[in-house]
Amino acid sequence: MQWFDALVQGVLLGGMYAQYALGMALMFGVMRIVNISHGDLVILLSLIGISMAMAWGLGPFTVLIILVPLGVFMGWLLQKAILNKVVGSDPLPSLIATFGLSIALQNLMLQIWSANSRSLPGEGIESRSIDIGGIYIGLLPVIVLVVATGLTWGLDLTLKRTRFGRALRAAAADVEAAAMTGINPRAVYALATAIAVGILGFAAVFQALRSTVAPADGAAQLIYAFEAVIIGGMGSVWGAFIGSMVLGISQGIGFRIDPGFGVLAGHIVFLIVLATRPQGLFGKA
Amino acid sequence: MSAVLSTHGLVARYGDFQALYGVDTELHAGEAVALIGANGAGKSTFLRAIMGLLPVAREMVRLDGEPVGGTPTDRMVRKGIAIVPEGRRLFSGMSVEDNLRVAIDQAARMGAKGGWTLQRLHQLFPILAEKARTPVQSLSGGQQQMVAIGRALLCQPRVLLCDEISLGLAPKVIREIYAALPEIRAAGTAMIVVEQDVGLAKSASDRLYCMLEGRVTLTGNSAEVTREQIGEAYFGAGHAVV
Repeated sequence: MQWFDALVQGVLLGGMYAQYALGMALMFGVMRIVNISHGDLVILLSLIGISMAMAWGLGPFTVLIILVPLGVFMGWLLQKAILNKVVGSDPLPSLIATFGLSIALQNLMLQIWSANSRSLPGEGIESRSIDIGGIYIGLLPVIVLVVATGLTWGLDLTLKRTRFGRALRAAAADVEAAAMTGINPRAVYALATAIAVGILGFAAVFQALRSTVAPADGAAQLIYAFEAVIIGGMGSVWGAFIGSMVLGISQGIGFRIDPGFGVLAGHIVFLIVLATRPQGLFGKA
Repeated sequence: MSAVLSTHGLVARYGDFQALYGVDTELHAGEAVALIGANGAGKSTFLRAIMGLLPVAREMVRLDGEPVGGTPTDRMVRKGIAIVPEGRRLFSGMSVEDNLRVAIDQAARMGAKGGWTLQRLHQLFPILAEKARTPVQSLSGGQQQMVAIGRALLCQPRVLLCDEISLGLAPKVIREIYAALPEIRAAGTAMIVVEQDVGLAKSASDRLYCMLEGRVTLTGNSAEVTREQIGEAYFGAGHAVV
C-alpha cells in the first residue's frame, strides 16, 4: 500500500515537472535551442506573482491570468532580443547567451527580492486533500496534474495540426529550406519561445503555491526539465510528459526508500535511460 | 517584351571568395531558360543570390523591373519566386503531406493566388498521393525530388528556379521528372533550370545561358546553339582561364 501511495504521489509530482518540461520540449526538443535561463524565468515569474499577490491582495487564479501573458511577452522579448541573434545549427551560442542571462537574472532577483524563500498564499487550496481508500491526495497536486495534461494535449495538437506548428517543425528541420517555402523563421521562433515561456507562467504559479521559491532555485527546475525531455525523447511533447512522470515516480519511490535518496533516485533513473536508450523513450533515432 | 526576372551585373561572394563576376540575365514571362556549366561555375550561387540567401546589392536583381536584390528569402517567395533547392532540402521527420502543407499554409498566409492545388499536384505526380503519410526521409530520391518540386509549386510562383533536379537520379526517373516541366510551363510559370546535362537542358528550355567561373560565356536559343559553341563556353576553350 505504501508503495502504491509512493507511485500516486510520484505521478502527482510528475505533473509539476511536466509544467517545467513542456516549454523545454518546445525549445530544446523541437527548436534545439538550449535555454539555460529556463528555471530562472520560472522563479522570476513566481516572485513577480508573489509580489503582486502581496501588494494588491490577489488570489492565485488572478495571478495566473496575469503571469501567463507576462510570460508570453517575456518569451517573445527573449527570442527577439537575444536568441534570434544566435540562432543556427550550432547550439553553443544560445547556450552561452542564456547562461549569461541566467546569472544576470539570478543577481537581479537577489537584488530585488533578497535571498529569502517566499510562497504564494493559495486561499486554502494548497492544504486541502481527498481521502481515497486510505491514500491522501492533495487537491493542489491534482489540479497541477490536470493542468499539465491539458497543456501537453494542447501543445501536441498545436504542433501537429496548426499552420504555426507545421511551420515551426519545418524551420527546426531546415531553417533555410523553411525560408524558401515562405516561412519567416524569426517570427515563427519568436512565437514558439513566447508559448514556451507562457507555459512557464502556469509552472510559476503552481510552484509558488505548492512550495517556496528563492532566487537561486532555478537550477533545479532547469535540470528536471532537461531530464524529462531527454527521458521522453527529443521532439516529442507527450514524451516530455511521460519523462516527467518517470522522473516524478522515481523520486516518489526514492523518497519512500529514504528521504535523502529521492532526488538522487530521479537522477539515477535519468542516467540509466541515457545509457540504455539515449534517444529517449519516444525518440525516433 | 519586358523581363519578369532580370539580373544586372550580379556579383556575389562567400566571404573573401568571389563566386559571381557581373552576371546579366533575363527571364521573360512563360519562358524556360536553362543555365548550364561545370561544377563550381556559379550556377547554384546565382540562384541563391536571387533568392536572397546571399547578400547582394538591391539594383542587381529586378522582379518586374522593381529592384529586389537582397530581399529576405521568405519575402522573395511572397513576391512570386520559388526554388527547388539543390539536394532537395525536404523537412525530414515530417510526412509528404505535411511537407507540402507547409507551402500551402504559407501561400494562404500571404494570400498568394495561383492554380496549384494538392489535387493537381497528385495528377502531375500520382505517387505523392499514394505516399502522403510516409515520412519524406524514407522515399526514393526521385520521389523526394517530386515532393521538392511540389513544395515549390504550392508556393504559387510566377518564377520557378530548379537547381539540378536530375542530380543523382536514374535516367528513367529523370525522364519522368522532366516530363512534368511542360505542364508546369503550361500553367504560365517561367523557369530557370540549372542542369549539368547539356542535352537535357537544351530540350527543356527556350534559351540557355552557359556559365564558366562566375561569368556568362554563352547565351542563345536552345535550338540554335551548337555543341561546339557549348563545348567552348562550358570548358573555356578560347577563353583565358585564370
